Amino acid sequence: MKQKSGWHVLVFLAPAVLVYTAFSAWPLLATLRLSLYGTDDTGAVSFAGLANFHRLLFEDHWFGAFRNAMVNNLEFFAINSLVQNPIALLLAALLSLRGVRGATAYRTVLFLPTLLSVVIIGFTWQLILSPLWGVTEKLMTAIGLGDWFGPWLGQESTALTTVSLISVWQFVGIPMMLIYAALIAIPDEIVEAAAVEGAGPWRIFWQIRLPLILPTLGLVNILTFVGNFNAFDLIYAVKGALAGPNFSTDLLGTLFYRTFFGYQSEMGSATMGAALATLKILVILVGVGLYFFAIQRRLQRFAL
Amino acid sequence: MNALFRTLALGAIAAASATQASAGALTLESWRTDDKALWDTVLLPAFTKAHPGITVKFLPTASPEYNSVVSARLASGSAGDIIACRPFDVSLDLYKKGRLDKLNGDPVLANFPDAAKVAWQTDDGRDTYCVPVASVIHGFFYNKKVFADLGLKPPATEPEFFAALDKVKAAGKVVPLALGTADQWDTSQVVFTGIGPNYWKGEEGRKALIEGKAKFTDPQFVAVWQTMTKWPAYMAKGYQAQTYGDSQTLFASGKAAVFPAGSWDIAFFQKEGGLDFGAFPPPVRKAGDPCYISDHADIGMGINSASKNKADAKVFLDWIGSQEFAELYTNKATGFFSLSKFPIDVQNPVAKQMVGWRAQCKSTIRLNAQVMSRGEPSMENELWNVNSQVLNLKMTPQAAAARIEGGYEKWHKTAP
Repeated sequence: MKQKSGWHVLVFLAPAVLVYTAFSAWPLLATLRLSLYGTDDTGAVSFAGLANFHRLLFEDHWFGAFRNAMVNNLEFFAINSLVQNPIALLLAALLSLRGVRGATAYRTVLFLPTLLSVVIIGFTWQLILSPLWGVTEKLMTAIGLGDWFGPWLGQESTALTTVSLISVWQFVGIPMMLIYAALIAIPDEIVEAAAVEGAGPWRIFWQIRLPLILPTLGLVNILTFVGNFNAFDLIYAVKGALAGPNFSTDLLGTLFYRTFFGYQSEMGSATMGAALATLKILVILVGVGLYFFAIQRRLQRFAL
Repeated sequence: MNALFRTLALGAIAAASATQASAGALTLESWRTDDKALWDTVLLPAFTKAHPGITVKFLPTASPEYNSVVSARLASGSAGDIIACRPFDVSLDLYKKGRLDKLNGDPVLANFPDAAKVAWQTDDGRDTYCVPVASVIHGFFYNKKVFADLGLKPPATEPEFFAALDKVKAAGKVVPLALGTADQWDTSQVVFTGIGPNYWKGEEGRKALIEGKAKFTDPQFVAVWQTMTKWPAYMAKGYQAQTYGDSQTLFASGKAAVFPAGSWDIAFFQKEGGLDFGAFPPPVRKAGDPCYISDHADIGMGINSASKNKADAKVFLDWIGSQEFAELYTNKATGFFSLSKFPIDVQNPVAKQMVGWRAQCKSTIRLNAQVMSRGEPSMENELWNVNSQVLNLKMTPQAAAARIEGGYEKWHKTAP
């Protein structure tokens, strides 16, 4: 049967298309366009071709800052995906076991940090880790590890790792919930059949449940990647826009903030900021693209 | 549909009445969020009393965001009528973009010395665009009780300064120096440009840098960083993660002997209460040396060139330049000193002590405030980073000097 008019399709699509265009697609395109413009001393904006990108990639101090932020961001992502996601998997696996007492309470508690404001999280962790009044040193001394304590948030060698771990603590609830949802969606019959065949719990996890949730794990990694490369708020709350010490916690997000809005006597530049944002979009695009081509496409999906 | 229409109509009426109300109503943009209560309860009522037809709303934005927020508001035409001006390049940039009105020849400017006006003038000194309001003075606070218990006097020279810190450290009761490097800005604005003027001879050294007659790698600048490397021995354990707020709390709770400070901190420590503290200027290098202080022009006020209510804004600026305001501000906004020529009786004892240094020492402003921070890379940001690293003992004084000089030379061309 052939539809004569497709107006209802338009009507149903319209809200999503309009909202998406107005709040996502249009600003994105405008940013891409703005990155090709330059600003002069009077604030006038004129077409400048690829000049901004040339500066970003070939002028020492711009490229140095960009490379530093990029490397830090990769490290931030590495820690998040290698620490946060395995922990999330472990927690989800434990929570989805049958007969865990208080599973609901644990689930809620573990998810709670995600709901907290990042300002509160930043402030709380700064206090917890503070060498002056923090509880960490006392706790570590109590178990004989006092000598291992350091001002982790203030040292160039440890600041990024510390902030990354705070981010892990904050966001572990989200991958945990996604994985948990995938795990409980596995039909009981499959697990029971495996048990009847003589598979132990260890084998059931590795050979039955894990392969079935691999697509979800892939999705979780992509979400982590996109989230990490857009990260800004935690660094800003804990270390400020200069992301010290010596820019060791500077991510693409904080670099973008300083470039676009300026900081202290440094003037912001909307056009330079747009160029940096464009590079950021490219990085995320390439990352996601690589992932889909190299991994997600090859994952086997099982109809359950 | 009817309800929607009514809402729209109401909205239109509200918008119209808002425009009407703007006759005689001014908005004042500022970064002094801490002063909101002061403006709302003391300063603005005093103004409204003298000028009943005009109401002013104080609209502060948090300091780190202020520059970008106000610049964006001015560009989009939604900024307030009166703009609090940062000194030197930030406001100069706004003026060059045509966002601030020229105030040349305004009689109110006669109430201010040239040294104060220079912070809000074009490089050639021809155009003035903001009325000077207040400056802050840098120095050190000391805990009087701790000093008395150990028989210490406020140090006048650097050897005395370190001897006093040594004694406090040996006594082991309190932290000798309340300072951390986590926030970075204090290591530059309070420490480096606070103690430095004694080394580079204040204005003389600052102007030499602008004119290209001196370099950051010269001994009078490197020596400041060298002195700073002696400080960490007196700071609290883990100072790398200690914020400015932590340092304030440490000193306010009596757990530190000396706090490198700015006069704006007086109000904070008074509010905390229970702390008996005094101030001493940055110690000179050896007895008999002339002393210099960082007496930094910090706040000015100008008129938004897109303001719809310039006549009233002008009345307000005239009041800002008046003796009444100078007295009110100096004594109510403790630690901010009027830049006007009016003789003002400072009531707070510590503030009085600090403003008294102007008579003994030569004043200068923060080293990099004028010209030097306008290029790329921004020297202000560079200094925050470099000074924190020097105090973290992660960068040598020579490397710090080379880095700052290198960044400066990248864009700074001295006149041939």
